Amino acid sequence: MEKFDTPKLDTYLATPTLKSDAMESDGPFKANTDMQKSLGFPGEKIDNWQQVAIEKMGETISKYRSIPVFLDACVKCGACTDKCHYFLGTGDPKNMPVARQDLFRSVYRRHFTFAGKYFPKLVGAKELDESMLDDWYNYFHQCSECRRCSVYCPYGIDTAEITMAAREVMNAIGVGQKYCNQILGKVKKIGNNLGMPEPALRDTLLDLEEEIEEDTGVAVKLPLDKEGAEILLITPSADFFAEPHIDGLIGYAKVFHQSDASWTLSSYASEGANFGMFIGNYDIMREGALRIRKAALDLGVSRIIVGECGHAWRVAYSFWNTLTGIGGGATDEYALQLQKQLDQSYPQPQHIIEYTYGLIQKGRLTFDKSKNDHRTVTFHDSCNVARGSNMGGIECGQFILPREVIKAACNHFVDMSKGTIKASTFCCGGGGGLLTDDLLELRVKGALPRMQALKQSEEKGGVNTLAALCAICKSQFSKVLPYYDFDPFMVVSVHQLVSEALILDGENSQKESKAL
Amino acid sequence: MSLTSIIFTAFFYLGVSLCLVGVTLKIIQYASTPVPLKIPTAPAPLTKFGVILRMMREVFLFSSLFKASKWTWLFGWLFHWALVLLFIRHLPYFWPGETPELLRQTEPFKYAAFPLIIGLTGLLARRFFVDRVRYISAPSDYLLLILLILIAVTGALMTFAQYYPDMGKVYAFAEGLVTLDWSELPSEGIFLAHVFLVFVLIAIFPVSKMLHAPGVLFSPTLNQTDDARKNRHISDWAIEKEKSGKGG
Repeated sequence: MEKFDTPKLDTYLATPTLKSDAMESDGPFKANTDMQKSLGFPGEKIDNWQQVAIEKMGETISKYRSIPVFLDACVKCGACTDKCHYFLGTGDPKNMPVARQDLFRSVYRRHFTFAGKYFPKLVGAKELDESMLDDWYNYFHQCSECRRCSVYCPYGIDTAEITMAAREVMNAIGVGQKYCNQILGKVKKIGNNLGMPEPALRDTLLDLEEEIEEDTGVAVKLPLDKEGAEILLITPSADFFAEPHIDGLIGYAKVFHQSDASWTLSSYASEGANFGMFIGNYDIMREGALRIRKAALDLGVSRIIVGECGHAWRVAYSFWNTLTGIGGGATDEYALQLQKQLDQSYPQPQHIIEYTYGLIQKGRLTFDKSKNDHRTVTFHDSCNVARGSNMGGIECGQFILPREVIKAACNHFVDMSKGTIKASTFCCGGGGGLLTDDLLELRVKGALPRMQALKQSEEKGGVNTLAALCAICKSQFSKVLPYYDFDPFMVVSVHQLVSEALILDGENSQKESKAL
Repeated sequence: MSLTSIIFTAFFYLGVSLCLVGVTLKIIQYASTPVPLKIPTAPAPLTKFGVILRMMREVFLFSSLFKASKWTWLFGWLFHWALVLLFIRHLPYFWPGETPELLRQTEPFKYAAFPLIIGLTGLLARRFFVDRVRYISAPSDYLLLILLILIAVTGALMTFAQYYPDMGKVYAFAEGLVTLDWSELPSEGIFLAHVFLVFVLIAIFPVSKMLHAPGVLFSPTLNQTDDARKNRHISDWAIEKEKSGKGG
């Protein structure tokens, strides 16, 4: 790993001057032959890759309206140029959303437009040659698909769509990224990103039950594969082993316990994350979602609830119904069976935040907020939740509900500055399949805008806790916070805050507040 | 008719035909390309009515651009609205027979030439002086602005600097284009330049970034209702995939 300088946190976030090729590199590690083949992609870069790539581009253009519309509509107004956290953190001009898109757009123009075919120089049309492909691989793995640019674009052009299309094209010619494709292989084979088999998962959950009972004196259960349970919880597998995620899982379990819910996890679908979205592959994304449908059918649950994971919630909320008919309106027999089985008086699926919020609204949860008095909390809106989903079925509910849940459990809550939260939230710097150590420099630099806002809220509002509801955000922050002289343990799950303040029936009255 | 008049008359129909055919083909392409997934961007409207409001805010106010960059918004918004006013101002030339009273009231719209030039010059200046915008600009991006500026300036010179063409001929020529009763066009160079550049602008519409005009209406991030949990949204090719038995 090459050494790099962590950017300095200034009093405000300055737009950098252009530093050409600042992030020029070979990109993240490439997937090996086995990883590629396990997903049905060519094992290595094929001989006639240019031809196949152009054909694949043509296919995405004909299958996804977003691609031709976004490629044609851009007027190069520059509105997005200072909106990407990777540009703000690195100054590399190819990290400006429009410039990133232009890597794809210039090839589109060359092969698919009149102007680009006959006047390539005039309109900046380019051939897809080796050096362009290198740029594609490098810079389409410097986009976390966070969609911040789309919020500012007058035509709603979403670079995430272009990044997904480019990754899809690259996979089709045998050029895949190791991190994403290896993980997808594990989900396919074992059922979760970690490759954690059922016995290990069962042990982990038993350990957690013991821990909670020791801590509270209450036998809170974390059931696995319990047939006939009411609720199936689908959560990112990071919740089973990583800090601070696991405290969030404890939080969900306590909330379920306190609401007398019958719930279960599934060893077959033990993964909420769906990296199929990151690589823009509909079929793989659907396969992941079908595992969940199958688990729901096999276990006979009537509700599906999704844990704290940003892109998982985007996939669940926005795509599950499309992919598998979880929700309403599908006609294939499995979807029909599922619809009969699911309780339609609830939206399907629901987010754990919606569930907890609902209980709070009904007064079914009691909190001792003083348990969190040592904290002044701020909330990081995860990009996929903020810009790719909704909660509560009310406009902007995805911003409101998590904050209300935090405020129900904590006395001290401060928002970071406007322009860095809600629809304008900055990505943590590790989303979209970039949460890998071979991209550490990018991750640290890409976190700059979020760190800047955090610093400001620390100085002005005394913030010492950063709550997040996404597994990637939590892992990314734990890793990069120290680079900016923050305490890595300041990041917590939203449901950890819930867990710490929630009063369980029959809980040890002497329970001491858990030390940090 | 003079050769110039014949060429200009032919060029008008050629330009307009290219534009209409090209834009129609593009609209057909956009409309017939599936949108397989729900991808509205925040803040996403939950109802159709909300989508209409959002689209109107984008089309008439450029609300996202306003959030992004106040200068770009100011120049861009001035330019587009000035263009609309000037378009309306030009309708009387083409109106066959008696000009309706309402159109005659549009005389003051001619002053829109100034915001038009200011807006376009501002946008061009940004391309030169803001390093980020310079980086993303292709020759065509400069040329299109220069084309529009030349159109605006030649028009303004004729209106305000007394380089009047023979107005009787202007009316006869323009009206003739609509009624197919073709007649001589004025021979003043500045008029010919103005008209020629406008015809070029019209002709290149469907092969240029001016496609953002129909494009914005087809943008799935802006025109989708955020109701994925309630209503199943699915493309034909995905249905085919399901029927072919992949998965279940």
